[in-house]
Amino acid sequence: MTEETGRIENIAGPVVECSGIPAVRMYEVVRVGNQQLIGEVIEVGEEEFTAQVYEETSGIAPGEPVHATGDSLSVELGPGLLGSIYDGIQRPLPDLREMSGDFITRGLSVEGLNKEKKWQFTPSLKVGDSVEPGDFIGDVPETGIITSKILIPLGVKGEIIEIAKKGEYTVNETICKVKDAQGDVHSVMMMQRTPVRVGRPFKERVGMHTPLITGQRVIDTFMPQAKGGTGAIPGGFGTGKTVTLHQFAKWADAQVVVYVGCGERGNEMTEALEEWPHLKDPKSGRPLMERTVLIANTSNMPVAAREASIYVAVTIAEYFRDQGFDVALMADSTSRWAEALREISGRLGQLPSEEGYPAYLGSRLAQFYERGGRVKTLGSGDRMGSVTVCGAVSPPGGDFSEPVTQATLRIVKVFWALDKDLAARRFFPAINTLTSYSLYFGTLQKWQEDNMGKDWPDLVKEALALLQKDQELREIVQLVGPDALPESERAILEAARMIKEDFLTQSALHEIDTYSPIGKTYRMLRIIIKFSKKMTEAVQLGVQVRRILELSVLDNIARMKISPWDSYNETMDTIERKIDGEFQSLLQELSESGLLHHESAQ
Amino acid sequence: MSKASSIVYRTVSDVSGPLLVAENTHDVAYNEVVKIRSPSGELLTGTVLETGKGRAVIQVFEGTSGLDTDVTAVRFTGETLKLPVSSEILGRVLDGAGNPLDKGPPLTAEDHWDIYGSPINPYARQYPRQPIQTGVSAIDGLNTLVRGQKLPLFSGSGLPHNRLAAQIVRQAKIPGEESDFAIVFGAMGITATEAQYFMQSFEETGALEHTTLFLNLADDPAIERIITPRAALTAAEYLAYTADMHVLVLLTDMTNYAEALREISAARSEVPGRRGYPGYLYTDLSLIYERAGRIHGRNGTITQMPILSMPQDDMTHPIPDLTGYITEGQMIVGRGLHRRGIFPPIDPGPSLSRLMKEGIGEGMTRFDHKEIQAQLYYAYSEGRDLRDLVAVVGSEALTDRDQKYLKFADRFEAEFINQGEYEDRSFEQTLDIGWNLLSDFPERELKRCDPETISWARNKGVYKPN
Repeated sequence: MTEETGRIENIAGPVVECSGIPAVRMYEVVRVGNQQLIGEVIEVGEEEFTAQVYEETSGIAPGEPVHATGDSLSVELGPGLLGSIYDGIQRPLPDLREMSGDFITRGLSVEGLNKEKKWQFTPSLKVGDSVEPGDFIGDVPETGIITSKILIPLGVKGEIIEIAKKGEYTVNETICKVKDAQGDVHSVMMMQRTPVRVGRPFKERVGMHTPLITGQRVIDTFMPQAKGGTGAIPGGFGTGKTVTLHQFAKWADAQVVVYVGCGERGNEMTEALEEWPHLKDPKSGRPLMERTVLIANTSNMPVAAREASIYVAVTIAEYFRDQGFDVALMADSTSRWAEALREISGRLGQLPSEEGYPAYLGSRLAQFYERGGRVKTLGSGDRMGSVTVCGAVSPPGGDFSEPVTQATLRIVKVFWALDKDLAARRFFPAINTLTSYSLYFGTLQKWQEDNMGKDWPDLVKEALALLQKDQELREIVQLVGPDALPESERAILEAARMIKEDFLTQSALHEIDTYSPIGKTYRMLRIIIKFSKKMTEAVQLGVQVRRILELSVLDNIARMKISPWDSYNETMDTIERKIDGEFQSLLQELSESGLLHHESAQ
Repeated sequence: MSKASSIVYRTVSDVSGPLLVAENTHDVAYNEVVKIRSPSGELLTGTVLETGKGRAVIQVFEGTSGLDTDVTAVRFTGETLKLPVSSEILGRVLDGAGNPLDKGPPLTAEDHWDIYGSPINPYARQYPRQPIQTGVSAIDGLNTLVRGQKLPLFSGSGLPHNRLAAQIVRQAKIPGEESDFAIVFGAMGITATEAQYFMQSFEETGALEHTTLFLNLADDPAIERIITPRAALTAAEYLAYTADMHVLVLLTDMTNYAEALREISAARSEVPGRRGYPGYLYTDLSLIYERAGRIHGRNGTITQMPILSMPQDDMTHPIPDLTGYITEGQMIVGRGLHRRGIFPPIDPGPSLSRLMKEGIGEGMTRFDHKEIQAQLYYAYSEGRDLRDLVAVVGSEALTDRDQKYLKFADRFEAEFINQGEYEDRSFEQTLDIGWNLLSDFPERELKRCDPETISWARNKGVYKPN
């Protein structure tokens, strides 16, 4: 890694042309100008090369020096990632604040992991054991939720000749020495450095049979995500993309969450930073921040670092996957990332394709989403890990026909369509059940039948059929008014209304309703479908819908979403009994007064 | 960037649109300020957009008319664009680049601050949680503005957004902290009549004392509009973070700003994005809007209210669209309400303040604020839906309940939203008017309010159901 120095030739915004380093490689990190700004080579020519600079370039002049570092853009992986908040190139924001105050100035250099902090390491192997890349050599209790595994890095294979005793070590102390077949000795530390632009290797991809439970009823029911799956959530501003992704990050049953705020609002990251440490994981009762890594490259931070932030995030996610965890990666928003690509491409003078985006937009998006998946990891044994990728898309004007949305939809398997009209009616989450889809329905069905209930697929089908029919009927109502509908169709409208109001709407702000355990989601839908069936039967017997709507169990149903996480089963049992009871007495009352017969004869 | 700044180049090779190209330049820095002397002896200012290979591309803020390739002289100053800042800036009227327009002395400088600023570290931000009282019920009651928020006004041509802006400047305050409150007003491309109107209205009410104006008029150079919001925000940052003030920044009209940006982008033959605006419009706008905020350990805050006119009232036009993606909500100035003579014609339907939930309630506005806001929203949208229905089936077909909602929607517009240009309402008054209007409904219709809150309002005498 010999350093070489060249000079700046030309500057236009974040794109800087340089010369004088013939050996410079594509994607090599360079330090630009007297202030040593961090940049990355994105074009190499015969004499000159072009770098994108991750910091503001005002005041930099041609003739200033450029240093090649010999390294490509990499992240530091090891204990200390969880609970951290980084900028787009893995500089810890609290450290930046300590160095430069409340505003981020330029030329600051901070490493991703703390090198002073000591971690409790417990070896799991001993001298003489043979190891290959990906093997565990010990673990470190990183937070109250996650015990990190220390992995043998790539390129190290052989026999352990030395391993540290149980004790406290920093991330760059040698804790293990491995002698390979050639007799060379490799030192292993807890920390690894990995380049961000290529995926970390694994053995093979495996099937995705387990859903990622998000705790959001509309998603877990109608368009479930699989662990290791890919999904996109496009929507205009104000439709709730960020709230939905925040909800995923807070409640999804992944073991580790990586959240990247890419070109979005500063106050949103602040909200996460202030709120998440106080929220408790429903399973372990520990603060949610203990399983979370935040990456914040807000819209006013340099645009080139925005491009890098997505890769930094996915590399961190893969590192936890390789330890055998189920990881969820939220990217808000991939459109801002695509715009960064467009800006850099425009400054390079590349030929634009649709709406000014570069022609490689689709392939770059595909490369990113393809880094998600459920895999058999490196290392001995059949260890599985997954990275689930959920990306927000911000289409201009809410128009889904634009290039980023379209390119994304060609890759992802789950599509959550946010609907401006629903949002305007304050119907949240504003996800359109009829246009959204999940291609994991089939593969997840077995898990759902085993873990939720045999009848779950049928319940979902019936609910969807009701919603579909509801939409058709509404068009008629708009033309002729509700009075023209027969009672049986009014019953469908009512059932659909119950699904929408009592099941699909879910308040992210309510302390209980914000998260719905999967068992509760199942019981709620079962109750509504049961009620709907009873209602249809009763209407066939001649009962007016108006009478059914007077049943007091409807109040219980309207309130079931706020029944507590740990005791909802009792509430649901009571409601089911009450439905049976009230319908029975209604029918009895009406048949005694002869109304049933009378009305059915009408 | 230390270098001899005395070299004068007479090597202009090209003048086109707002751009000037100088050749044989050495060590010119990106974004550096350039002084240009025109053949007629006028002194102009510009900044470097691209530099290298012995050539510098310069954008000229005053426009390039009168410049030639022969006599025009160019001097690079070695500095980036800076604004002299001090607390004395309050009460001053400046041009779009920060030079005094009033008869006052030159700006005194405690310091010179780079007008491009630096991004706030997200880790240093504090979530906005305290309200600003604008004295306008449609904002304070329904979509409260919170200190540190950026909340734009989306308007259209012919709508009274400037009168509303002037009213907000006159009335905006933080109850109990009046002395620490300041306003920075950045105008881009407004007409001389409008400027006159603003000046007069601030002077009359004494609001000028705690206001700084940056005025770039419609006939001022368009390219200067690139600096105006940045200069205004630099002044605001000084007042907020050095003088511990709560600063409200109004920027009007952002559409003119974006057009100036487009002009430069076109002159540089950049690849255009939607409707000819440059692909980096989002990033550029966010560099302005994200300068709003609140920081841990600092007393001052910056709140922004950018005003923009939507071409053809089209909210999907790139300027309102990208603005909406960055700001924390939006206020819509509605043409329908305006035609019905309601002032201010803020349409509650599509308006939204995302940060309101944390900024209202006990200790901030009043404890019943959340409930009554939800109830008013609900009742008004019921009423509005019924209006559509009445148009189809006639009002005779409505039930008593529906009639009440219909009537409520009319009264709500006439008495709550409508308040005239010179009425300043406190939070207390606004919420009381809300309760008064709800008196048309019996208690059981107020499903969004807690029974205890309702009986509190009844005891207070503001909710009087018959």
